[in-house]
Amino acid sequence: MSKSNFSRRGVLKTGAVTGAGLMLPTYLRAENHTGFTNAPTGDTVTFGFNVPQTGPYAEEGLDELRAQELAVEHLNGIGDGGMLNTFSQKNLDGTGILGKKVGFVTGDTQTKSDVARAAAQSMIQKDGCIMINGGSSSGVAVAVQGLCQDAGVIFMAGLTHSNDTTGKDRKANGFRHFFNAYMSAAALAPVLEKAYGTDRKAYHLTADYTWGWTQQESMAAATEAMGWETTQNVLTPVGAGDFSSYIAPVLNSGADILVLNHYGGDMVNSLTQAVQFGLKDKMVNGKQFEIIVPLYSELMAKGAGSNIEGVYGSMNWNWQLQDEGTKAFVKSFGEKYGFPPSNAAHTCYVQTLLYADAVARAGSFNPCAVVEALEDFEFDGMGNGQTLYRGSDHQCFKDVLVMEGVASTSGNANMVGYDTLKIVEETLRAQVEYAEDHPMFAGGALGDCNPGA
Amino acid sequence: MDAIVLQILNGLDKGSAYALIALGLTLIFGTLGVVNFAHGALFMIGAFCAVTMQRLLSLSHTVIDPTQTDFLGNPLQTKVPYLASVFGAEGATSLIAWSVPLSIILVIPVMLFVGWAMERGLIKHFYKRPHADQILVTFGLAIVLQEIIRAVYGANPIQSPAPPMFSGSVDLGTYIGFQANAVVYPIWRLVYFGFSAIIIAAVFAFLQFTTFGMVVRAGMADRETVGMLGIDIDKRFTLMFGLAAAVAGLAGAMYAPIVSPNYHMGMDFLVLSFVVVVVGGMGSLPGAVLAGFMLGILQGFASMNEVKAILPGIDQIVIYLVAIIILLTRPRGLMGRAGVMED
Repeated sequence: MSKSNFSRRGVLKTGAVTGAGLMLPTYLRAENHTGFTNAPTGDTVTFGFNVPQTGPYAEEGLDELRAQELAVEHLNGIGDGGMLNTFSQKNLDGTGILGKKVGFVTGDTQTKSDVARAAAQSMIQKDGCIMINGGSSSGVAVAVQGLCQDAGVIFMAGLTHSNDTTGKDRKANGFRHFFNAYMSAAALAPVLEKAYGTDRKAYHLTADYTWGWTQQESMAAATEAMGWETTQNVLTPVGAGDFSSYIAPVLNSGADILVLNHYGGDMVNSLTQAVQFGLKDKMVNGKQFEIIVPLYSELMAKGAGSNIEGVYGSMNWNWQLQDEGTKAFVKSFGEKYGFPPSNAAHTCYVQTLLYADAVARAGSFNPCAVVEALEDFEFDGMGNGQTLYRGSDHQCFKDVLVMEGVASTSGNANMVGYDTLKIVEETLRAQVEYAEDHPMFAGGALGDCNPGA
Repeated sequence: MDAIVLQILNGLDKGSAYALIALGLTLIFGTLGVVNFAHGALFMIGAFCAVTMQRLLSLSHTVIDPTQTDFLGNPLQTKVPYLASVFGAEGATSLIAWSVPLSIILVIPVMLFVGWAMERGLIKHFYKRPHADQILVTFGLAIVLQEIIRAVYGANPIQSPAPPMFSGSVDLGTYIGFQANAVVYPIWRLVYFGFSAIIIAAVFAFLQFTTFGMVVRAGMADRETVGMLGIDIDKRFTLMFGLAAAVAGLAGAMYAPIVSPNYHMGMDFLVLSFVVVVVGGMGSLPGAVLAGFMLGILQGFASMNEVKAILPGIDQIVIYLVAIIILLTRPRGLMGRAGVMED
């Protein structure tokens, strides 16, 4: 006769523990739609587009918003599909993401870190956003990225060019498709060497915030490596308006190059005023004086008008590229809005599609599954050639464009800024890559992915 | 030495803008007793009058050129200014290039109207209210005005170049004993300085040598007594508000080639201009002008690399430091009158 050791209480206990044990991996598994912030429960998933709709970068922000709306249309099967047709991944078919239609809400960053954080927080808490995308400032990007990390949502950065965004301030939940200051300098240096030689004295005017500092550091390092001397670096307040008191000392400084580490309205004003002071017509040390603007945008080029003629700079992407992805995006955007997209619009559009694709590949909206899907992800067909989202810092690596300001080629006033920038070099990705432990990006760590909730 | 000369020129140039704005602020404060925080917005509206003139002169009709295509491959639509049919293509281009100086004819009536509308529509209701209320309401008005401009013209700076004959630079050094190319200065900034000097002189002449000006000055000194003489001083003060708005508008329009007009440029000047008024002495017109130029030149000097090497960041605070020192030593400012804001 056998004796059973099972008791009713023991069976219940064992069952409860086993059940809980079996449930635990399911709870943590990516495809489970609970256990992370704003897990979508209905038939819609909501994106948060956090862009400057007022303030100094509002035009750029509105262009980002146009592109984001277009991306949502394409994800939901409206329109011609744009870059979905050329993207190397074919997981998105115009039926939304994982069977859910994509909706969106917008926030206004005003290009102020505190306002941008408040807008992002509201979109996450009140609107249930699963992902935040956009922005036009590195200070804002770093602030919102930190918030998204803490909240447990993915941040797909917009126009942020400071090394710090994926350097010392990198976060596991944050991803940057846009290039950075190091890459601009690495792409520009060979072109500048060819155009202006190796014996030059450069004077830097630098916007006094995170982007300006890293841009100046990167440009100084790249140009000094090819033999240039950095004679002076003068920090200028953001939004100074009149830069004459900073430009006047350049005249007799002995420098024969002026590097304007300025962006937006500051760049428009400082470049215009430098030209008014006759710097472009000046001969110094037996050489023609030259001006360099490391980071260009179409909207800045529009503001600066003919002053950008002959001035080199760099861009993440340009509508004049001739690859199939670019053509598809320019066609979609151009037919909807009547003018070409800016590179700020492009990066936000691509980021939205990349996020959607990562969710589709992961089979989940869980941020940690998305992070896993995006890390070391290689893709093509999005306008920048073969591109890598590096896993160790969440920075995209791709070809970088060197641009030169030229006279308008169309003579059409509406195209100023779009056709006054000419692509002079498509710098290959290998030339702008850097080691994971590069000193300019040191001091930060991704940390662990945070699913929130 | 050449660096010092350049910074003096920069200071005179910046000081011109400060002085013109501060002059208008002082006129309004001296006549109506109103602390007008919307005065920077009037400067900004003036700058956008220059942009508007440029757009008016550039009004175009569309011509389709079947031989060329646009970025989408459609037949190219080009814009041809209406002026071209009257003056020819070159004539139209030349006229458009002169849009900033020509905008003066637009600025004066527009700003007189804006000033009159502001004063009659809003500010007159706050004459007897505390200065804090006036500051709040005019600051709110400034934000409304700048948002209207942003909605109409966008957020990006809009380039408004000087006419070609004034757009280059001049080698001033050769005229004053320096070697060639040592003191090169933009021509338009010299024009701006000269223009400011003329406007300031005209305002002073108007107040000093006309009967209207004499009554206004009397009203500024003792409003009640002038009123008791049967003079409708309120009407004259309303006109002075319009005049102050026109001065700010002219300052803004002619400043457009120096700093590309943007919707928040008024705010950038507002705080500095108030410091100028306080340093010059509340209610003192000569004080406002003197302080404008003085602080502009000081700011220029403080921006010199040699100065910043000793005192980093001094260029950002020099104006406020000077304001503190002057207010500690001369509480009424450089040329302030007794009894102004002292009750």
